[in-house]
Amino acid sequence: MKNQWPLWEVFIRSQHGLAHRHVGSLHAPDATMAVNNARDVYTRRNEGVSIWVVKSIDITASHPDDKAELFDPAQAKVYRHPTFFPMPEEVKGL
Amino acid sequence: MYAQMVDTGSPSSMDERETRFQQRIDDGIRVEPQDWMPERYRKTLIRQISQHAHSEIVGQLPEGNWITRAPSLKRKAILLAKVQDEAGHGLYLYSAAETLGITRDQMVDDLHTGRAKYSSIFNYPTLTWADVGAIGWLVDGAAIMNQIPLCRCSYGPYARAMIRVCKEEAFHMRQGYDLMLSLCKGTPAQKAMAQDALNRWWWPSLMMFGPPDGDSVHSAQSQAWKIKLFTNDELRQKMVDQTVPQAEYLGLTVPDADLKWNAERGHYDYGDIDWEEFYNVVKGNGPCNRERLEVRNKAWTDGEWFRDALVAHADKQAQRAIAQAA
Repeated sequence: MKNQWPLWEVFIRSQHGLAHRHVGSLHAPDATMAVNNARDVYTRRNEGVSIWVVKSIDITASHPDDKAELFDPAQAKVYRHPTFFPMPEEVKGL
Repeated sequence: MYAQMVDTGSPSSMDERETRFQQRIDDGIRVEPQDWMPERYRKTLIRQISQHAHSEIVGQLPEGNWITRAPSLKRKAILLAKVQDEAGHGLYLYSAAETLGITRDQMVDDLHTGRAKYSSIFNYPTLTWADVGAIGWLVDGAAIMNQIPLCRCSYGPYARAMIRVCKEEAFHMRQGYDLMLSLCKGTPAQKAMAQDALNRWWWPSLMMFGPPDGDSVHSAQSQAWKIKLFTNDELRQKMVDQTVPQAEYLGLTVPDADLKWNAERGHYDYGDIDWEEFYNVVKGNGPCNRERLEVRNKAWTDGEWFRDALVAHADKQAQRAIAQAA
Protein backbone atom coordinates (compact mmCIF):
# COMPACT_ATOMS: atom_id res chain seq x y z
CA MET A 1 0.00 0.00 0.00
CA LYS A 2 1.50 3.32 -0.97
CA ASN A 3 1.20 6.67 0.69
CA GLN A 4 -1.63 6.08 3.13
CA TRP A 5 -2.87 9.53 4.14
CA PRO A 6 -2.50 10.34 7.83
CA LEU A 7 -5.51 9.99 10.13
CA TRP A 8 -6.94 13.15 11.72
CA GLU A 9 -9.30 13.43 14.66
CA VAL A 10 -12.06 15.97 14.14
CA PHE A 11 -13.50 18.27 16.81
CA ILE A 12 -16.55 20.46 16.19
CA ARG A 13 -17.89 23.33 18.25
CA SER A 14 -21.64 23.28 17.76
CA GLN A 15 -22.45 26.77 19.05
CA HIS A 16 -20.59 29.74 20.41
CA GLY A 17 -19.96 29.25 24.09
CA LEU A 18 -19.69 25.45 23.99
CA ALA A 19 -16.45 23.45 23.85
CA HIS A 20 -15.23 21.61 20.76
CA ARG A 21 -16.34 17.98 20.87
CA HIS A 22 -14.77 14.96 19.24
CA VAL A 23 -17.03 13.79 16.39
CA GLY A 24 -14.91 11.27 14.49
CA SER A 25 -11.89 10.94 12.27
CA LEU A 26 -10.86 11.06 8.63
CA HIS A 27 -7.88 10.75 6.31
CA ALA A 28 -6.33 13.73 4.54
CA PRO A 29 -2.90 14.54 3.10
CA ASP A 30 -2.54 17.78 5.09
CA ALA A 31 -4.27 19.96 7.68
CA THR A 32 -6.00 22.20 5.12
CA MET A 33 -7.55 19.23 3.34
CA ALA A 34 -8.46 17.71 6.71
CA VAL A 35 -10.50 20.83 7.56
CA ASN A 36 -12.10 20.80 4.10
CA ASN A 37 -13.00 17.14 4.38
CA ALA A 38 -14.25 17.55 7.95
CA ARG A 39 -16.61 20.24 6.75
CA ASP A 40 -18.10 17.84 4.16
CA VAL A 41 -18.13 14.74 6.34
CA TYR A 42 -19.18 16.13 9.72
CA THR A 43 -21.07 19.41 9.19
CA ARG A 44 -23.60 18.77 6.43
CA ARG A 45 -26.48 19.78 8.70
CA ASN A 46 -25.34 22.90 10.54
CA GLU A 47 -23.59 20.83 13.20
CA GLY A 48 -20.89 23.39 13.78
CA VAL A 49 -19.44 26.87 13.74
CA SER A 50 -15.80 25.83 14.20
CA ILE A 51 -13.61 22.85 13.28
CA TRP A 52 -10.40 21.59 14.87
CA VAL A 53 -8.34 18.80 13.33
CA VAL A 54 -5.48 17.04 15.11
CA LYS A 55 -3.28 14.29 13.73
CA SER A 56 -4.25 11.10 15.55
CA ILE A 57 -0.61 10.16 16.18
CA ASP A 58 -0.14 13.43 18.09
CA ILE A 59 -2.69 12.42 20.73
CA THR A 60 -1.40 10.87 23.93
CA ALA A 61 -4.05 8.77 25.62
CA SER A 62 -4.29 7.02 28.96
CA HIS A 63 -4.26 3.24 28.78
CA PRO A 64 -7.29 1.17 29.88
CA ASP A 65 -4.95 -0.96 32.09
CA ASP A 66 -4.09 2.15 34.12
CA LYS A 67 -7.72 2.90 34.83
CA ALA A 68 -7.67 1.80 38.46
CA GLU A 69 -4.45 3.65 39.25
CA LEU A 70 -5.65 6.86 37.61
CA PHE A 71 -9.28 7.04 38.57
CA ASP A 72 -9.94 4.92 41.66
CA PRO A 73 -8.44 7.43 44.14
CA ALA A 74 -11.18 9.93 43.31
CA GLN A 75 -13.83 7.46 44.41
CA ALA A 76 -12.73 7.70 48.05
CA LYS A 77 -12.99 11.47 48.09
CA VAL A 78 -16.70 12.01 48.30
CA TYR A 79 -16.12 15.20 50.31
CA ARG A 80 -15.18 16.85 47.02
CA HIS A 81 -18.87 16.96 46.15
CA PRO A 82 -21.10 19.62 47.68
CA THR A 83 -23.79 17.03 48.48
CA PHE A 84 -21.37 15.47 51.05
CA PHE A 85 -22.23 18.25 53.52
CA PRO A 86 -25.72 18.17 55.00
CA MET A 87 -26.95 21.72 55.40
CA PRO A 88 -29.67 22.94 57.76
CA GLU A 89 -32.79 23.47 55.71
CA GLU A 90 -33.67 26.79 57.28
CA VAL A 91 -30.36 28.35 56.21
CA LYS A 92 -30.61 29.81 52.70
CA GLY A 93 -28.01 30.65 50.08
CA LEU A 94 -25.75 27.61 50.53
CA MET B 1 -28.70 -6.35 5.87
CA TYR B 2 -25.98 -3.91 4.85
CA ALA B 3 -23.75 -6.59 6.34
CA GLN B 4 -25.04 -10.04 5.42
CA MET B 5 -23.92 -13.47 6.64
CA VAL B 6 -20.93 -12.17 8.57
CA ASP B 7 -18.55 -15.01 9.44
CA THR B 8 -17.80 -15.14 13.17
CA GLY B 9 -14.89 -17.61 12.87
CA SER B 10 -14.72 -21.01 14.53
CA PRO B 11 -15.55 -21.10 18.20
CA SER B 12 -13.10 -22.43 20.75
CA SER B 13 -13.53 -22.85 24.47
CA MET B 14 -13.35 -19.56 26.34
CA ASP B 15 -10.29 -18.82 28.39
CA GLU B 16 -10.45 -16.66 31.49
CA ARG B 17 -9.88 -13.37 29.69
CA GLU B 18 -12.59 -14.22 27.22
CA THR B 19 -15.03 -15.08 29.99
CA ARG B 20 -14.33 -11.71 31.62
CA PHE B 21 -14.80 -10.01 28.23
CA GLN B 22 -18.18 -11.71 27.75
CA GLN B 23 -19.18 -10.72 31.28
CA ARG B 24 -18.47 -7.06 30.50
CA ILE B 25 -20.62 -7.30 27.37
CA ASP B 26 -23.40 -8.99 29.34
CA ASP B 27 -23.20 -6.12 31.84
CA GLY B 28 -23.69 -3.64 29.02
CA ILE B 29 -20.19 -2.16 29.19
CA ARG B 30 -19.03 -0.87 25.80
CA VAL B 31 -15.83 -2.19 24.28
CA GLU B 32 -13.42 0.57 23.23
CA PRO B 33 -10.51 0.32 20.74
CA GLN B 34 -7.73 -0.06 23.31
CA ASP B 35 -9.56 -2.68 25.41
CA TRP B 36 -8.55 -6.30 25.18
CA MET B 37 -10.87 -8.28 22.90
CA PRO B 38 -10.88 -11.82 21.53
CA GLU B 39 -9.35 -12.09 18.08
CA ARG B 40 -12.59 -13.55 16.70
CA TYR B 41 -14.59 -10.56 17.96
CA ARG B 42 -12.12 -8.19 16.33
CA LYS B 43 -12.11 -10.03 13.01
CA THR B 44 -15.88 -10.45 12.93
CA LEU B 45 -16.40 -6.75 13.59
CA ILE B 46 -13.89 -5.79 10.90
CA ARG B 47 -15.84 -7.95 8.46
CA GLN B 48 -19.20 -6.57 9.57
CA ILE B 49 -18.28 -2.88 9.73
CA SER B 50 -16.25 -2.87 6.50
CA GLN B 51 -19.04 -4.72 4.67
CA HIS B 52 -21.44 -2.12 5.98
CA ALA B 53 -19.11 0.68 4.82
CA HIS B 54 -18.71 -0.87 1.37
CA SER B 55 -22.51 -1.07 1.09
CA GLU B 56 -22.80 2.65 1.75
CA ILE B 57 -20.16 3.42 -0.88
CA VAL B 58 -21.54 1.07 -3.56
CA GLY B 59 -25.04 2.20 -2.56
CA GLN B 60 -24.28 5.59 -4.10
CA LEU B 61 -24.17 4.05 -7.57
CA PRO B 62 -27.78 2.92 -8.21
CA GLU B 63 -29.12 6.32 -7.16
CA GLY B 64 -26.26 8.32 -8.67
CA ASN B 65 -27.54 6.92 -11.95
CA TRP B 66 -30.52 9.34 -11.71
CA ILE B 67 -28.89 12.57 -10.52
CA THR B 68 -28.55 14.05 -14.01
CA ARG B 69 -32.08 12.97 -14.92
CA ALA B 70 -34.02 14.02 -11.80
CA PRO B 71 -37.33 15.55 -12.89
CA SER B 72 -36.87 18.89 -11.10
CA LEU B 73 -34.14 21.01 -9.54
CA LYS B 74 -35.64 20.35 -6.09
CA ARG B 75 -35.54 16.58 -6.56
CA LYS B 76 -32.03 16.78 -7.96
CA ALA B 77 -30.79 18.77 -4.94
CA ILE B 78 -32.44 16.29 -2.57
CA LEU B 79 -30.95 13.28 -4.38
CA LEU B 80 -27.50 14.87 -4.44
CA ALA B 81 -27.71 15.46 -0.69
CA LYS B 82 -28.78 11.88 -0.11
CA VAL B 83 -26.00 10.39 -2.21
CA GLN B 84 -23.50 12.65 -0.43
CA ASP B 85 -24.83 11.32 2.88
CA GLU B 86 -24.13 7.75 1.73
CA ALA B 87 -20.52 8.71 1.09
CA GLY B 88 -20.40 10.22 4.57
CA HIS B 89 -21.86 7.06 6.11
CA GLY B 90 -19.20 5.01 4.37
CA LEU B 91 -16.51 7.27 5.83
CA TYR B 92 -17.86 7.12 9.41
CA LEU B 93 -17.90 3.33 9.15
CA TYR B 94 -14.45 2.99 7.58
CA SER B 95 -13.10 5.08 10.48
CA ALA B 96 -14.85 2.81 13.00
CA ALA B 97 -13.36 -0.29 11.32
CA GLU B 98 -9.87 1.25 11.34
CA THR B 99 -9.95 1.45 15.14
CA LEU B 100 -9.82 -2.38 15.03
CA GLY B 101 -6.46 -2.39 13.26
CA ILE B 102 -7.22 -2.63 9.53
CA THR B 103 -6.08 0.17 7.21
CA ARG B 104 -8.35 2.19 4.95
CA ASP B 105 -6.25 1.25 1.93
CA GLN B 106 -6.64 -2.43 2.75
CA MET B 107 -10.42 -2.12 2.93
CA VAL B 108 -10.66 -0.13 -0.29
CA ASP B 109 -8.45 -2.70 -1.99
CA ASP B 110 -10.60 -5.56 -0.67
CA LEU B 111 -13.69 -3.93 -2.16
CA HIS B 112 -12.11 -3.15 -5.52
CA THR B 113 -10.64 -6.60 -6.01
CA GLY B 114 -13.94 -8.25 -5.09
CA ARG B 115 -12.59 -9.93 -1.92
CA ALA B 116 -15.00 -7.99 0.29
CA LYS B 117 -18.76 -8.22 0.08
CA TYR B 118 -21.37 -5.50 0.17
CA SER B 119 -25.15 -5.77 0.50
CA SER B 120 -26.90 -7.82 -2.19
CA ILE B 121 -29.49 -5.06 -2.69
CA PHE B 122 -27.12 -2.76 -4.55
CA ASN B 123 -26.68 -5.24 -7.36
CA TYR B 124 -30.15 -4.48 -8.71
CA PRO B 125 -30.58 -1.85 -11.44
CA THR B 126 -32.46 1.47 -11.12
CA LEU B 127 -34.55 1.36 -14.30
CA THR B 128 -36.93 4.27 -13.69
CA TRP B 129 -37.14 7.43 -11.58
CA ALA B 130 -39.60 5.62 -9.27
CA ASP B 131 -36.75 3.31 -8.25
CA VAL B 132 -35.15 6.26 -6.47
CA GLY B 133 -38.31 6.54 -4.38
CA ALA B 134 -38.53 2.79 -3.79
CA ILE B 135 -34.90 2.67 -2.61
CA GLY B 136 -35.40 5.48 -0.11
CA TRP B 137 -38.66 4.04 1.18
CA LEU B 138 -37.82 0.31 1.21
CA VAL B 139 -34.04 -0.08 1.20
CA ASP B 140 -33.31 2.76 3.59
CA GLY B 141 -36.38 1.71 5.59
CA ALA B 142 -34.90 -1.77 5.97
CA ALA B 143 -31.51 -0.27 6.80
CA ILE B 144 -32.97 1.86 9.61
CA MET B 145 -34.70 -1.19 11.05
CA ASN B 146 -31.33 -2.92 11.34
CA GLN B 147 -29.27 0.11 12.32
CA ILE B 148 -31.33 1.55 15.16
CA PRO B 149 -30.59 -1.46 17.41
CA LEU B 150 -26.92 -1.25 16.38
CA CYS B 151 -26.73 2.17 18.07
CA ARG B 152 -26.67 0.04 21.26
CA CYS B 153 -24.15 -2.54 20.02
CA SER B 154 -21.18 -3.53 22.18
CA TYR B 155 -18.41 -1.82 20.20
CA GLY B 156 -18.22 1.90 21.04
CA PRO B 157 -16.94 3.35 17.74
CA TYR B 158 -19.48 1.31 15.73
CA ALA B 159 -22.37 2.33 17.99
CA ARG B 160 -21.38 6.00 17.75
CA ALA B 161 -21.12 5.83 13.95
CA MET B 162 -24.57 4.21 13.84
CA ILE B 163 -26.10 7.06 15.85
CA ARG B 164 -24.91 9.57 13.25
CA VAL B 165 -26.04 7.34 10.39
CA CYS B 166 -29.52 6.77 11.83
CA LYS B 167 -30.17 10.49 12.24
CA GLU B 168 -29.52 10.95 8.53
CA GLU B 169 -31.28 7.79 7.31
CA ALA B 170 -34.63 9.13 8.52
CA PHE B 171 -34.30 11.86 5.88
CA HIS B 172 -33.51 9.22 3.25
CA MET B 173 -36.56 7.15 4.00
CA ARG B 174 -38.90 10.13 4.10
CA GLN B 175 -37.67 11.63 0.84
CA GLY B 176 -38.27 8.22 -0.75
CA TYR B 177 -41.82 7.95 0.56
CA ASP B 178 -42.48 11.58 -0.43
CA LEU B 179 -41.30 10.76 -3.96
CA MET B 180 -43.59 7.69 -4.11
CA LEU B 181 -46.47 9.78 -2.76
CA SER B 182 -46.03 12.35 -5.55
CA LEU B 183 -46.01 9.62 -8.20
CA CYS B 184 -49.07 7.92 -6.72
CA LYS B 185 -50.98 11.20 -6.72
CA GLY B 186 -49.92 11.84 -10.32
CA THR B 187 -51.05 10.48 -13.68
CA PRO B 188 -51.98 6.79 -14.12
CA ALA B 189 -48.64 6.31 -15.90
CA GLN B 190 -46.76 7.76 -12.93
CA LYS B 191 -48.66 5.57 -10.49
CA ALA B 192 -47.95 2.53 -12.67
CA MET B 193 -44.26 3.43 -12.53
CA ALA B 194 -44.43 3.48 -8.71
CA GLN B 195 -46.18 0.08 -8.69
CA ASP B 196 -43.56 -1.36 -11.03
CA ALA B 197 -40.78 -0.13 -8.73
CA LEU B 198 -42.46 -1.70 -5.69
CA ASN B 199 -42.86 -4.96 -7.64
CA ARG B 200 -39.15 -5.10 -8.38
CA TRP B 201 -37.78 -3.86 -5.01
CA TRP B 202 -40.10 -5.61 -2.55
CA TRP B 203 -38.48 -9.06 -2.48
CA PRO B 204 -34.85 -7.91 -2.74
CA SER B 205 -35.57 -5.55 0.21
CA LEU B 206 -36.81 -8.45 2.33
CA MET B 207 -33.72 -10.46 1.32
CA MET B 208 -31.52 -7.69 2.74
CA PHE B 209 -32.06 -9.04 6.25
CA GLY B 210 -30.19 -12.20 5.29
CA PRO B 211 -31.08 -15.92 5.30
CA PRO B 212 -33.83 -17.31 7.55
CA ASP B 213 -32.80 -17.83 11.18
CA GLY B 214 -32.49 -21.60 10.74
CA ASP B 215 -29.80 -21.10 8.06
CA SER B 216 -28.04 -18.22 9.78
CA VAL B 217 -25.03 -20.03 11.25
CA HIS B 218 -23.21 -17.08 12.79
CA SER B 219 -26.18 -15.36 14.42
CA ALA B 220 -25.90 -16.89 17.88
CA GLN B 221 -22.28 -15.78 18.38
CA SER B 222 -22.98 -12.29 17.01
CA GLN B 223 -25.94 -11.97 19.34
CA ALA B 224 -23.88 -13.07 22.36
CA TRP B 225 -21.34 -10.39 21.47
CA LYS B 226 -24.17 -7.86 21.04
CA ILE B 227 -23.09 -6.88 17.57
CA LYS B 228 -26.40 -8.23 16.30
CA LEU B 229 -29.40 -7.39 18.45
CA PHE B 230 -32.28 -9.07 16.60
CA THR B 231 -32.45 -12.11 14.34
CA ASN B 232 -32.88 -11.83 10.56
CA ASP B 233 -36.46 -13.09 10.69
CA GLU B 234 -37.45 -10.79 13.56
CA LEU B 235 -36.27 -7.74 11.65
CA ARG B 236 -37.84 -8.97 8.40
CA GLN B 237 -41.20 -9.40 10.13
CA LYS B 238 -40.94 -5.88 11.57
CA MET B 239 -40.19 -4.56 8.10
CA VAL B 240 -43.24 -6.27 6.58
CA ASP B 241 -45.53 -5.11 9.41
CA GLN B 242 -44.36 -1.54 9.06
CA THR B 243 -44.35 -1.34 5.28
CA VAL B 244 -47.65 -2.97 4.27
CA PRO B 245 -49.84 -0.14 5.69
CA GLN B 246 -47.50 2.40 4.06
CA ALA B 247 -48.05 0.70 0.68
CA GLU B 248 -51.81 0.67 1.29
CA TYR B 249 -51.78 4.42 1.91
CA LEU B 250 -50.02 4.89 -1.42
CA GLY B 251 -52.71 2.75 -3.07
CA LEU B 252 -50.08 0.26 -4.23
CA THR B 253 -50.24 -3.54 -4.09
CA VAL B 254 -47.47 -5.50 -2.40
CA PRO B 255 -46.44 -8.20 -4.91
CA ASP B 256 -47.12 -11.17 -2.62
CA ALA B 257 -50.27 -13.28 -3.11
CA ASP B 258 -49.75 -14.92 0.31
CA LEU B 259 -49.59 -11.66 2.22
CA LYS B 260 -52.35 -11.41 4.83
CA TRP B 261 -52.87 -10.11 8.35
CA ASN B 262 -52.70 -12.83 10.99
CA ALA B 263 -54.74 -11.58 13.95
CA GLU B 264 -53.61 -14.46 16.13
CA ARG B 265 -49.92 -13.62 15.71
CA GLY B 266 -50.49 -9.90 15.47
CA HIS B 267 -48.29 -9.87 12.38
CA TYR B 268 -48.59 -10.15 8.63
CA ASP B 269 -47.95 -13.59 7.14
CA TYR B 270 -45.93 -13.34 3.95
CA GLY B 271 -44.95 -15.67 1.11
CA ASP B 272 -41.75 -17.66 0.56
CA ILE B 273 -38.62 -15.79 -0.39
CA ASP B 274 -36.59 -17.00 -3.37
CA TRP B 275 -33.35 -17.70 -1.51
CA GLU B 276 -31.73 -19.12 -4.61
CA GLU B 277 -31.89 -15.64 -6.11
CA PHE B 278 -30.32 -14.18 -2.96
CA TYR B 279 -27.39 -16.62 -2.89
CA ASN B 280 -26.85 -16.05 -6.59
CA VAL B 281 -26.56 -12.30 -6.11
CA VAL B 282 -24.26 -12.77 -3.11
CA LYS B 283 -22.06 -15.06 -5.22
CA GLY B 284 -21.64 -12.27 -7.77
CA ASN B 285 -24.25 -13.21 -10.33
CA GLY B 286 -26.80 -10.45 -9.71
CA PRO B 287 -27.89 -8.13 -12.52
CA CYS B 288 -25.29 -5.45 -11.73
CA ASN B 289 -22.48 -7.03 -9.66
CA ARG B 290 -19.84 -6.68 -12.38
CA GLU B 291 -20.93 -3.20 -13.40
CA ARG B 292 -20.81 -1.91 -9.81
CA LEU B 293 -17.24 -3.07 -9.29
CA GLU B 294 -16.15 -1.75 -12.67
CA VAL B 295 -17.58 1.69 -11.90
CA ARG B 296 -15.92 1.74 -8.45
CA ASN B 297 -12.57 0.73 -9.89
CA LYS B 298 -12.81 3.29 -12.67
CA ALA B 299 -13.65 6.08 -10.21
CA TRP B 300 -10.67 5.06 -8.07
CA THR B 301 -8.24 4.87 -11.01
CA ASP B 302 -9.51 8.09 -12.60
CA GLY B 303 -9.04 9.93 -9.32
CA GLU B 304 -5.49 8.74 -8.78
CA TRP B 305 -3.79 11.77 -10.39
CA PHE B 306 -5.78 14.03 -8.08
CA ARG B 307 -4.92 12.11 -4.92
CA ASP B 308 -1.26 12.11 -5.99
CA ALA B 309 -1.40 15.87 -6.59
CA LEU B 310 -2.78 16.44 -3.08
CA VAL B 311 0.07 14.43 -1.59
CA ALA B 312 2.66 16.28 -3.73
CA HIS B 313 1.25 19.61 -2.56
CA ALA B 314 1.25 18.53 1.08
CA ASP B 315 4.88 17.32 0.75
CA LYS B 316 5.94 20.61 -0.87
CA GLN B 317 4.33 22.67 1.90
CA ALA B 318 6.00 20.52 4.55
CA GLN B 319 9.41 20.92 2.87
CA ARG B 320 8.94 24.70 2.71
CA ALA B 321 8.06 24.85 6.38
CA ILE B 322 11.26 22.96 7.21
CA ALA B 323 13.34 25.22 4.95
CA GLN B 324 11.91 28.35 6.53
CA ALA B 325 12.53 27.08 10.02
CA ALA B 326 16.18 26.31 9.19
